Amino acid sequence: MSVAERQMDANHTPQSDILLELTGVKKYFPITGGVLRRTIGAVKAVDDISFTLRKGETLGLVGESGCGKSTTGRVIMKILDPTAGTIRFDGRDITKLSGRALREMRQDFQMVFQDPYSSLNPRMSVGALVAEPLIVNKKGTREQIRDEVERLLQVVGLSPEARLRFPHEFSGGQRQRIAIARALALKPKLIVADEAVSALDVSIQAQILNLLADLRKEFGLSYVFISHNLAVVKHVSDRVGVMYLGRMVELADKAKLYSQPLHPYTQALLSAAPEPKRNVTRDRIVLAGDVPSPANPPSGCAFHTRCPKVMDVCKSQRPELTAYGDGQLVACHLYA
Amino acid sequence: MSTPLLEVRNLKTHFISRTSRVRAVDGVDFSVERGKVLGIVGESGSGKSMTSLSIMRLVPGPQGQIVDGEILLDGKNLLKLTEREMTNIRGNQIGMIFQEPMTALNPVLKIGEQIGEVLTRHRGMNKAEAKKHAVELLKNVGFPRAEQIVNEYPHQLSGGMRQRAMIAMAMACQPTLLIADEPTTALDVTIQAQVLDLMRELKNRTGTAIILITHDLGVIAEMADDMVVMYGGQVVESGSADSVFEEPLHPYTRALLESIPVIDEERERLTAIPGTVPSAANFPEGCRFADRCSLVESSCREKMPELRELRKGHSVRCTLAV
Repeated sequence: MSVAERQMDANHTPQSDILLELTGVKKYFPITGGVLRRTIGAVKAVDDISFTLRKGETLGLVGESGCGKSTTGRVIMKILDPTAGTIRFDGRDITKLSGRALREMRQDFQMVFQDPYSSLNPRMSVGALVAEPLIVNKKGTREQIRDEVERLLQVVGLSPEARLRFPHEFSGGQRQRIAIARALALKPKLIVADEAVSALDVSIQAQILNLLADLRKEFGLSYVFISHNLAVVKHVSDRVGVMYLGRMVELADKAKLYSQPLHPYTQALLSAAPEPKRNVTRDRIVLAGDVPSPANPPSGCAFHTRCPKVMDVCKSQRPELTAYGDGQLVACHLYA
Repeated sequence: MSTPLLEVRNLKTHFISRTSRVRAVDGVDFSVERGKVLGIVGESGSGKSMTSLSIMRLVPGPQGQIVDGEILLDGKNLLKLTEREMTNIRGNQIGMIFQEPMTALNPVLKIGEQIGEVLTRHRGMNKAEAKKHAVELLKNVGFPRAEQIVNEYPHQLSGGMRQRAMIAMAMACQPTLLIADEPTTALDVTIQAQVLDLMRELKNRTGTAIILITHDLGVIAEMADDMVVMYGGQVVESGSADSVFEEPLHPYTRALLESIPVIDEERERLTAIPGTVPSAANFPEGCRFADRCSLVESSCREKMPELRELRKGHSVRCTLAV
């Protein structure tokens, strides 16, 4: 756990402004083997992550495949139970919550997934899909629910008549709007968006990003926005966390993170992202090799095998996420 | 050398069934210069992938048919060749790599055997020679332990390594043209940077021209010498990448560039393009972008605009562009 962040939050943010707080969260998936299916190892998908999300804030989580950003999203949603650590939502410890208590609590946090083709039941009408959370949680009479569904569809930019049609009649962008309407139905405080625009064409992606921004303003939503796309994350987020192999390697306000990235991995990521502009001269840092397997992460700093600035200490000692300069959190021995 | 390596003229690839005609590629013209990179950019359904499959004559039949046009490779019309002659060109003069190397590679053949197949087929090598050469090819695309990789299966490699192996295979016969259809879309950014670097280096070393098909304008900006913007099965803008990025002439190109978040710029609100791509089975009369265009005039809906050269070497399919 980063002591630094604790302190920062204590200094700047009253406890009541914090919507979500993750402390030392780990999620290990067991690897079983042999005839007896004994546990012979673990994939450390998320390995000791701590951060806070203020009310009305958008936190971007960015990283490459296997970095644990989606698992983090699922742990926040309590779709997965964390192996260790605590999750506090709106001042309440939800780590151990289950059953009815969890279901009630979950009205406040909802998720939007990457692929609107597989996250919507093809055999349910759009109206039934959006109404389902309302019915499950007994939010009003039939008529009230129908009116609410029509209102929600309008909020996300679809016509109220859409409720009579089925998901396959809609394009990818429209389906994502349906998924968002469904997520909004219970008036959540937090939406975890996991690669919510990654499957969409760029012209449609802009529509959905604008919609998410409008909804945030209108309903005072907070987002945890998970994406591999650095430009998209920068566009939507207030703060950005960069993940690598299950760990947070850097966490800062987006202006700082993008103008003055500290961690060598963040620097490499930013330099590798192609920009739609000609004649930009950038010093490209091309990392060698692939992301190591999270089942067998390198010792010390997990990034040391690919780091252009690797030192001896990196191979044996794991760097903690600590504040550098004016509060930019970075886990790297260069700044120790 | 003034003649282009590849010239595509008025290419039309339609999918015809008893009840419908889907005009996936509908009158496409462009050319690829020797040793240069042509970027083709467009959204899903714009016809960019079907254009590349048409060049390889791999359009899925029997519904998919190339109904009109010419594809001239070194002045020879590929559409007039027999299937047998075409087989001698595929993998030999034209190599191709796809988005998803896992589905493009044969999962039950060792990497060395797959690369070797190209060499025994086109270069008449025997198996041992082919395998030896495959090791060389893998070294050329940056595999440090190529001797072992030839004996491994595709599932043992990571996504980036598979794409490298695909590139090694596509480059095995030193083709004059490499078609890369979304080669880095399935890859992480740091791996994408490796693969793009590799393609650029191979191009410089071997003089192979590349058709790079992608939806990512960032990749085009980084790689392309010339570019083509496709929409609704047609070319809506073409020219040198410098001039298109400098002065995009088509409202669609401009809207695309404004709709993407950019890292070194703060954009308060993105300029979204309203609506969706029109269905290729049911294109509107006149300009196909008219329904989503912010500058649309009534004349746009009456007649299909011609692709006209508005600046030197820079053409646009829009009557309003000046």
